[in-house]
Amino acid sequence: MVPLAAVVAALAVGAVLLGVFGANPITGYRALFTGAFGGPDELAATTLKSIPLMLVGVGICIAFRTGVINIGGEGQIIMGAILATLVALALPDVPRPILVPLVMVAGAVGGGIWGAIPGALKAYSGVNEILSTIMMNIIAGFFMSFLLEDWLIEPGAIRIQQTKRLTQNADLPILPGGTRLHLGILVALIVAFLGYLLLFRSSLGLRLRAVGHNPHASRAAGMKVELSITQALAFSGACAGIAGAVLVFGSESHRLIGEGGPLAFTQSAGFNGIVTALFGGLHPLFTVLSSYLFGGMLAGGISLQRAVQVPQALVIALNGVVVVFVVGSLLLRARVQRWAEGDVQMEGRA
Amino acid sequence: MSDLFTVAIITATLASGIRLAVPFLLASLGEAVGQRAGVLNLGVEGVMLIGAYAAYYTSLESGSAAFGLLMGLVVGFAMGLVYAFITVVMHAEQGISGIGIYLFGLGFTDLLFQKQVGTPKKANKLEVKPPDWLVENTGRAGELLFSHTVLIYVAFLLVPIVYWLMTKTTFGLNVRAVGENPQAADTLGVSVNGVRTAAILFGNTMAGLAGAALALEIGFFQQNLTAGRGFIAIALVYFGAWRPVGVMSGALLFGIVSSTVVTLQVHGVISGSVSSIAHMAPAVLTVIVLVVVSRRIGQPAALTKPFTRDG
Repeated sequence: MVPLAAVVAALAVGAVLLGVFGANPITGYRALFTGAFGGPDELAATTLKSIPLMLVGVGICIAFRTGVINIGGEGQIIMGAILATLVALALPDVPRPILVPLVMVAGAVGGGIWGAIPGALKAYSGVNEILSTIMMNIIAGFFMSFLLEDWLIEPGAIRIQQTKRLTQNADLPILPGGTRLHLGILVALIVAFLGYLLLFRSSLGLRLRAVGHNPHASRAAGMKVELSITQALAFSGACAGIAGAVLVFGSESHRLIGEGGPLAFTQSAGFNGIVTALFGGLHPLFTVLSSYLFGGMLAGGISLQRAVQVPQALVIALNGVVVVFVVGSLLLRARVQRWAEGDVQMEGRA
Repeated sequence: MSDLFTVAIITATLASGIRLAVPFLLASLGEAVGQRAGVLNLGVEGVMLIGAYAAYYTSLESGSAAFGLLMGLVVGFAMGLVYAFITVVMHAEQGISGIGIYLFGLGFTDLLFQKQVGTPKKANKLEVKPPDWLVENTGRAGELLFSHTVLIYVAFLLVPIVYWLMTKTTFGLNVRAVGENPQAADTLGVSVNGVRTAAILFGNTMAGLAGAALALEIGFFQQNLTAGRGFIAIALVYFGAWRPVGVMSGALLFGIVSSTVVTLQVHGVISGSVSSIAHMAPAVLTVIVLVVVSRRIGQPAALTKPFTRDG
């Protein structure tokens, strides 16, 4: 209920903003809704927008449940995309049924490493993971620009920071149905289900959540706290890394594009995934639903812009408002306190 | 290569590095005071963007950069009120609500820019400088020290002021007490929430000023103008171990590394791709410093912990 109230409140803020700009909020929101859910193409566009949010969001669930704040989604997406791109460049002739899974795994490895580094730094050196993940984002952004400036740039006269069109063998297959929807959605759903199994149906997940509830008690009970923290950020990064691979091989251009800066490539999914995970109550399956809703906001934002001439950047601003409302709500605080008190029973039902 | 190491180029690079350090310095000083009081504000980047846009738009519309600067301060203060409400009153998780503030600032300023300005227009820059004769009669040192706009002197003057504030005044003592042991401070009659609110207001006003400084230095705004500077500013607080002089060293390091990279690239010493690696260096260095600092000095004990009387 709390997240829903937060969205309603955020939409109310948005309505006021629309009104201030002289736009009719009802017309605007109707356009947003139609643009997001109004037909098969719209639903496909919404789904495509939601895939990176689902993947990053599931990773955020794993990290936050372990008590680790992962702000590094942006960098993990980028490193996943880079490693997946390198694999596709190195093995262009591998048949599609093998190469597609391979580049997804490469994405997971790239993002996973980029998550494991701040994880290990936190676990073994006490480095605040919020700061280290932010720095890892910056490093990844410049690393992408380093690669695309010279090594991986498409040969030719026009020097745009992008690779050549990558091998067709790595393209994510388009699903039947006549829309642009591709296999990425299945990848995201599988990852979400695996994330659910990991967190709530495995002994590893039990350990991670125990560390998240109370690291001191977990240590006293003989659990490996340091290893858990590193694993949590590695898994979290791996999910974001897969999102990076999907952004490359599911895009219409089928290139890694650095032009316009890292935010243009990631579409802020590393941050927005935090929003959807929180909104989904840090549960992977609910995160899928909330990601779909936010994907709809992103897809519908374009229609909103067309209908009432208010830029779709409004949607990003509203996402921020949702976060503030969700974390600012007292009920959530009460829940966090129950987590902090180690109420394992409550989590056991999930 | 050899003519790169002329006094003129080195002076210009250092002077440019000092200028580039200013937004980091302003934002970090504010964040350092907030963190000393136990409040982590991850929304610095968002507040900087809002301050930058407010300053830019005001300067564009009124023609007065000074008025723009004032608006940057005002919106920073206003965002401080919001953040104080979220964290001090509502006890929201500080790291995550900061990300909310960031997303809001990123989207909202982009929205306003597209709606109110549309195509990029030049706004008046802030160009109050020391008198020309000072530069002309002091040679290279003058170029290094006296060629800047007034904000740069304000920023560096704030370093000893914040140091004095934190170490020699009752307010500073209260801030540190509230950040280390709020229960004890409360027992002694210090208003924990009042001190934290004051620290948050100071921090956000400084973030707004940092954004305004950035926008008025170039007289320009675009989507995501700050490009991560606010996040770096937060890291610099750890880098500088919560001390004003340490924070200043970090800000100068980032500024001078950036200006050096630009100089080397402009003079064709390094290629674009190498300059990307060089731009990465301060972030890598920050991670290394974080490892060292986290072993050596602890952060304020009550950082990110909301205050309640019962525990």
